[in-house]
Amino acid sequence: MNILLFLAPVSVALGGLGLAAFLWTMRAGQYEDPRGDAERILYDHLEDLPPVAPRD
Amino acid sequence: MSQSLAVARDLEAFVRRDAAGRGRLELLVNGARCAGCIGKIEKAVQALPGVDGARLNLTTGKLAVELDRSAADPDRVVQAVEGLGYRACLFDPAEAVAAQDREGRELAVALGVAGFGAGNVMMFTVPAWAGLFGQELNGSTLTVMYWMAALVATPCALFAGQTFFRSAWASLRRGKANMDVPISIGVLLTLVVSFSETLLHGRHAYFDAAVTLLFLLLIGRYLDHRLRANARSAARDLLALQSPVVMRLDGDVEQGVPVAEVRVGDRLSLSPGDRVPVDGTVESGVSELDNALITGETAVVTVAAGSALHAGALNLTGRLVMRATAVSEDSTLSAIARLMEAGAQSRSAYVRLADKAAALYVPIVHTAAALTFVGGWALGLGPREALLRAAAVLIVTCPCALGLAVPAVQVAASSRLFRKGVLVKSGAALERLAEVDHVVFDKTGVLTQGQPRLIEASPHLVAIAAPLARASRHPLARALAASAGIGLVAHDCVETAGQGIEGMIDGRRARLGRAAFVGVASGGGSETELWFGFDSDVKVRFAFEDQPRADMAETVAELRRMGLGVEILSGDLAAPVQRIADSLGVAWQAGLTPFDKSAAIDRLKAEGRKVLMVGDGLNDAAALARAHASMAPGAAVDVAQNAADLVFTGTELGAVTRAIRVARTARQRALENFAFSALYNLVAGPAAMFGLINPFIAALAMSGSSIVVLLNAIRPELAWRRK
Repeated sequence: MNILLFLAPVSVALGGLGLAAFLWTMRAGQYEDPRGDAERILYDHLEDLPPVAPRD
Repeated sequence: MSQSLAVARDLEAFVRRDAAGRGRLELLVNGARCAGCIGKIEKAVQALPGVDGARLNLTTGKLAVELDRSAADPDRVVQAVEGLGYRACLFDPAEAVAAQDREGRELAVALGVAGFGAGNVMMFTVPAWAGLFGQELNGSTLTVMYWMAALVATPCALFAGQTFFRSAWASLRRGKANMDVPISIGVLLTLVVSFSETLLHGRHAYFDAAVTLLFLLLIGRYLDHRLRANARSAARDLLALQSPVVMRLDGDVEQGVPVAEVRVGDRLSLSPGDRVPVDGTVESGVSELDNALITGETAVVTVAAGSALHAGALNLTGRLVMRATAVSEDSTLSAIARLMEAGAQSRSAYVRLADKAAALYVPIVHTAAALTFVGGWALGLGPREALLRAAAVLIVTCPCALGLAVPAVQVAASSRLFRKGVLVKSGAALERLAEVDHVVFDKTGVLTQGQPRLIEASPHLVAIAAPLARASRHPLARALAASAGIGLVAHDCVETAGQGIEGMIDGRRARLGRAAFVGVASGGGSETELWFGFDSDVKVRFAFEDQPRADMAETVAELRRMGLGVEILSGDLAAPVQRIADSLGVAWQAGLTPFDKSAAIDRLKAEGRKVLMVGDGLNDAAALARAHASMAPGAAVDVAQNAADLVFTGTELGAVTRAIRVARTARQRALENFAFSALYNLVAGPAAMFGLINPFIAALAMSGSSIVVLLNAIRPELAWRRK
């Protein structure tokens, strides 16, 4: 049973990692322009452009 | 007079600068559709001196431009974008700040946290459920599981529930109780009871229920927020349509000023292609105006000294000097924007199906929970067991199925409509559409195709007149040129505003325009004709007509069969409106201003009718926002599309009947779901009262009822697939 004390925090931490990744994508503005991103991925030269992150 | 000084526009007001002096500028760009557009626009703007970076957001149509410390010229940016063939206007920095959707982001973060909590807490509660049935997990291990569940669930629930807690607290301080009060009480009570049970080594803790409840409710909140955000952006885009910079005349010197700085009595200069910035009168010059956005009129209007001008009209052919009679906030466009806002507000007052159900649900469930506690204690259960049962009542009857009953149906209905080319903007729109009993159509661009088409002309004559037509900006001449295809352009052309165009074709002088201009004693006198002829030769007439959509008559007949009233409200002249209305046999009104239209909608509402407005122009925007439900074709101006609940693409008007049918089916399904939820609560509520519920049964019942509701929602979908 002691293995639970090790495994349970590990799995919660893994879930937390997923949550942290989601929050990071939010902050980085990755949901600001879904239509544009779908188009940009098709062209190499568009990726070279510096992203203008939204400022608060 | 220095020319460069005369046209210098002072646009620094549109640049927002940070402490280091770097600037940021936002433009609303119309017409960008694909990766090619993104590349062209961004590359062109980045090549400008003083520009550090540019990024176009295809979803919102906004171009963000980073400027370095030098005094870069925003006007060059606008010109660069317009030079590529897109319409661009500067966005007020204050509006840009407001546009940042802080509330939406907070809700999305709360949703993410609640989703994480709901998923991970199950790791501990599922083994705990096993223990409930006397299996190996028991005693202290069960308590450890519950403590771990508490460790995950409590912070998640407290964080994700903030929206509900804050709103509940605010409404309690005003001495009222909104829907968030019972939700907050339910979540907090569940947490408290679960903690006390865990401390006392009890067997029933509901940490998972608290987070799952919030997760499901937040999904609904987030969708609701998106609906309101869209309504707000419609009003903002309308204001951005006003040309932000106006050329003001100081003596003979033109000076660019922001439209907000125009005072009554200022003299303004309007070049061809400019929009009229504020209401006013013409002082000098002759030109033609395209009022289609404001009034829906298909014919262009000739203006000369003394004519009134309405903000938003497009100056087509000549240079005008006008005198402002109103400032920006009092202008026609601003008035339409205010009407739209008022319409959006009156709509948000609409009580949705789910809220009606909640108004019934909340008092019944809470009375039942309170009775369980008081009654249980009085009948000798002890306060701990009584409180546990009261909490179980709150949890097992949680509004999850209720919360899913409507959205699930509406998501299924929206995706079905989407495949048929109809975009639904919100769930509430579908509910309102299902209740509609009267349909009001705009004529131009809705019942008709919205563009003049050349009728009954010989191809030979068209080919002869085409070179002159290609040189003109006039809409009828363009229609003529379009039907002739690509070819030669006449030279030495001189366009006389409001009259016609004169030029040389194959060395012969020719004229194209009004009857009098070409040299014909006024014949038909209709606004939808052009005359053409060479000097001292026979003159020929070209007639134009705005063709009705192919399935117009069929659709109107179908609407009647469905028991709906049909009516036409148009801003166009009486004759063309009457012709179409008579062919359909429906009531009509013509020559309406945007305000008349929205007033007509209000009158119908006052008669107790639930009106569906179908319109495409800026002149329809206020009526679209005020009607009970609204639809716009995909070719409509952006503002009308933003104001409408549904947008249909393609050329068929049949989308209107299809959408109403789907909306009615969706309403039926939603009512069935409510009936099921009520039945479920009638069984689960008493079961919880009598202590027959444990955490496993609660979780099973919660998810089971949600799944039944979901399956019923996609039932029409499954039937449709089988066909």
